[in-house]
Amino acid sequence: MKRKRLKIFEKAFGVVLFSSSTVTSLTVLFIIIFLFNEGIGLFNSTPVEQKYKFIVSNDNTVKELTSKQLKDIFNYDITNWKQVGGKNDSIILFTINDLSTYFTDDELGANFENLPSKINELIKKQPGILAYLSDKYVPSQLEGHVLPLTKITVKEFVTGKEWYPTSKPAPQFGVLPLILGTLWVSLGAILIALPLGLATAIFMAEVASQRLRNILKPIIELLAGIPSVVYGFFGLVVLVPLIQHLFNLPVGETALAGSIILGIMALPTIITVSEDALRTTPTSLKEASLALGATRWQTITRVTVPYARSGITAASILGIGRAVGETMAVLMVTGNAGVIPHTFLEPVRTIPATIAAELGEAPFGGLHFKALFALGILLFLITFIINTSVELIKTRKKS
Amino acid sequence: MSFINKRAKQKIAFSFFSLVSFTVVAILFVILGFIIIRGISVINWGFITKMPEEGMTKGGILPAIVGTLCLIAGSMIFAFPVGVLSAIYINEYLKENWLKKFMRSMTNNLAGIPSIVFGLFGMALFVDKLKFGDSILAGSLTLGLLALPVIIRTTEEALKSVPNDLRVGSYALGATKLQTIRRVVFPIASPNIITGLILSISRVSGETAPILFTVAAYFLPKLPHSMFDQAMALPYHLYVLTTSGTNMEASRPMAYGTAFVLIFIVLVANLLANAFRRYFGKKNKMN
Amino acid sequence: MKDTDTIQINEKDTLTYNGLHKAEAKNVNLFYKDFHALKNINLVVKPNTVTALIGPSGCGKSTFLRLFNRMNDLIDGVKITGDVMLEGRNVYGKDIIVDELRKSVGMVFQKPNPFPKSIFENVAYGLRVNGFNHKDKMEDIVERSLIQAALWDEVKDKLKKSAYELSGGQQQRLCIARALAIEPSLILMDEPASALDPLSTSKIEELIYDLKDKYTIIIVTHNMQQAGRVSDYTAFFYLGELIEFDKTKTMFINPQNVKTQNYITGRFG
Repeated sequence: MKRKRLKIFEKAFGVVLFSSSTVTSLTVLFIIIFLFNEGIGLFNSTPVEQKYKFIVSNDNTVKELTSKQLKDIFNYDITNWKQVGGKNDSIILFTINDLSTYFTDDELGANFENLPSKINELIKKQPGILAYLSDKYVPSQLEGHVLPLTKITVKEFVTGKEWYPTSKPAPQFGVLPLILGTLWVSLGAILIALPLGLATAIFMAEVASQRLRNILKPIIELLAGIPSVVYGFFGLVVLVPLIQHLFNLPVGETALAGSIILGIMALPTIITVSEDALRTTPTSLKEASLALGATRWQTITRVTVPYARSGITAASILGIGRAVGETMAVLMVTGNAGVIPHTFLEPVRTIPATIAAELGEAPFGGLHFKALFALGILLFLITFIINTSVELIKTRKKS
Repeated sequence: MSFINKRAKQKIAFSFFSLVSFTVVAILFVILGFIIIRGISVINWGFITKMPEEGMTKGGILPAIVGTLCLIAGSMIFAFPVGVLSAIYINEYLKENWLKKFMRSMTNNLAGIPSIVFGLFGMALFVDKLKFGDSILAGSLTLGLLALPVIIRTTEEALKSVPNDLRVGSYALGATKLQTIRRVVFPIASPNIITGLILSISRVSGETAPILFTVAAYFLPKLPHSMFDQAMALPYHLYVLTTSGTNMEASRPMAYGTAFVLIFIVLVANLLANAFRRYFGKKNKMN
Repeated sequence: MKDTDTIQINEKDTLTYNGLHKAEAKNVNLFYKDFHALKNINLVVKPNTVTALIGPSGCGKSTFLRLFNRMNDLIDGVKITGDVMLEGRNVYGKDIIVDELRKSVGMVFQKPNPFPKSIFENVAYGLRVNGFNHKDKMEDIVERSLIQAALWDEVKDKLKKSAYELSGGQQQRLCIARALAIEPSLILMDEPASALDPLSTSKIEELIYDLKDKYTIIIVTHNMQQAGRVSDYTAFFYLGELIEFDKTKTMFINPQNVKTQNYITGRFG
């Protein structure tokens, strides 16, 4: 009787165990779902603010405009409709700010009640007009038509050179400066962390005495445990002024500062994974080398390190992954400029920093909001590729 | 002669490498030392127990401390059982088949996801879809998911380190799998599991990105009452003091103090974990 | 080998040994921390002979073997007293550079341990790490070593292939070739055939017999028949002590010590 009850209990417990273990897989699945759900919405939207429209006259032959064209128009880089595929006619911009140029307060009425009909008049008078109006001012019987904008394409998103998500009326969602910023800072970090980390790993695994190793290991673990925001704090308070002073810059927030701090943060990962890899080299191979008269250093360079090659590669890639995904430290020391970097001594923006900095400001569910989720998708894909490569390297080594 | 070069090369290489390692150690000491020296002068009983005053240039950081404690508790209540049970299932119940490999790779994937993506997810799921709002609940769940793969990994390692002979011996005496786990495997693995828990707590206390949009508030006049309240938290507080706030220069000492508290948590956690490992490691070996 | 690019201890230095003993152990004691592993060993090794070290496992045979190329240095807490001589010089002398010493003493291990490199590179390794890089001469030396190790015919067409593609017995012969390439004065073999099948074992034994012409060999073996087949002298170790040391034929037919007799006749071990 007791045996039976025990069996039922064990089966139930087994179910509990199984359900717990599904949590990780479900979480990964849900992350993908939620990110894509919101982020893909960006590519189904036109880059117009909600409840705003672009109006043109019925004579206008232009079918639609891209976001970039719109921006150029409002910057007066494009001034003629023929430049965007229409008739040879000057583009006349009209927004709420231009009201006083065309109408008097009396004409408009105390609450702008007359504005819609006035708009119709204006369109007839100025066929080259491009009006940007809130929905409530669009006349119900429009003597013109709404000009659609092309939906944002993935290509625009990924290759666009400008990230101005809050500019009106044409926000730009090109992430190239952010991708490049991320790449610059991460590569700089690896250039610092890889040689330092590998040398330290070799030292710990092959050269240092047991006592030294026992001192070094907890120190490396401690480095790994310091929170990102503390690194950022240190960077902002110490490193940034130092760089500003050393290189005579207007501000010290630069890609260089980001690379240095990220390099320090990636060190523990590279050191511990490389050290583990070096330790897997069989003693018999090392003994064979020494017995042939090789020095310890020759054995390290000719036998130990080559044997641990794949582990060291995995360590480097993991280090890169850590650097790419870092948010707070980078946000605090690299400045705020979402522009394409040209040197290391300029401010720069990375993808995670952008998400962290702008999500609070973006209206919930709006275009900017979706764009940040799209950035999240991009970040997720990058780190997913990095992690999968590491897994592949590890499985290949086993065979 | 070539053999002189051989030995000389080794000497140079070894000196260079020890120099590099020393530099790495020096970096740590510089960072820690800087914060400890500048932060410790700010720490006093008032700092820990008072609310921030005068635009965060005076007073204390009590709400941030309380908030962080709540988040630690909340995230661990979720992540610790789920993590340990998952690890037990994967390591003890599953055979070496595709499912085991799949679950392991999912754990690795989750571990590699950047913290800001967790923040996005937490906001989309807990704050918005499940309508928890900006709350300790949402923040704890998000942080818990972040800590989950860490706990699973360390628990799995702990379970793996239990020699299989002991399991076999238990089965041979007629015990069921569950009894074996409860009476033999888990007790032996528990020191390492606890170590993993301590390190996860240290990790969770310092994470900023996941809590930015799920729980963190810039300033709250009162301490949180329920898990549906917003809360302040130490890492976010440090961030805010350093980069915004009404008076950055004057708030600087408070920032140092906050950084010190954060470092203190990490140091204590590491020390505890190491002490645990060594003490229980010896105990298990003697048996 | 008279090539001026390689370095050999016995060419450069003046020696005062009488040329009779290749290697000697005089009152050698070895301690692993507190454990007295080798107790007052006295032994001589004559040139161009094979000396077998036999005895039950854990009796210090391998430890003793490793004295001659100072591989015991790799272990923490090892203390050695007495003299270990190689060609008249004390191996633990203050003027001895360890990796130089190891160039004149070759070692073959119990489990074949070729490097994850090509067959050619495995044999050439000892030359490269000692600064020898002449391509043509290296090819000659590699070929000669592989011939001496009775492996050349089997691998001459696939020198660039990975050493791991060879069978266990072939890998062990490769390791022997690798050791021969640096022309050691003394070759140490630690149970070289114990991980191999009977056919490979007999090939190795033949090889050892042939190598005797040019080299001096000390071999540790737990297989007494093997000791009887290949060695000229045998040393019987038991619990860290050298119980008996004599010409092999003499010891096997007429052992002086009761313990030796018991071991040889299989009463224990």
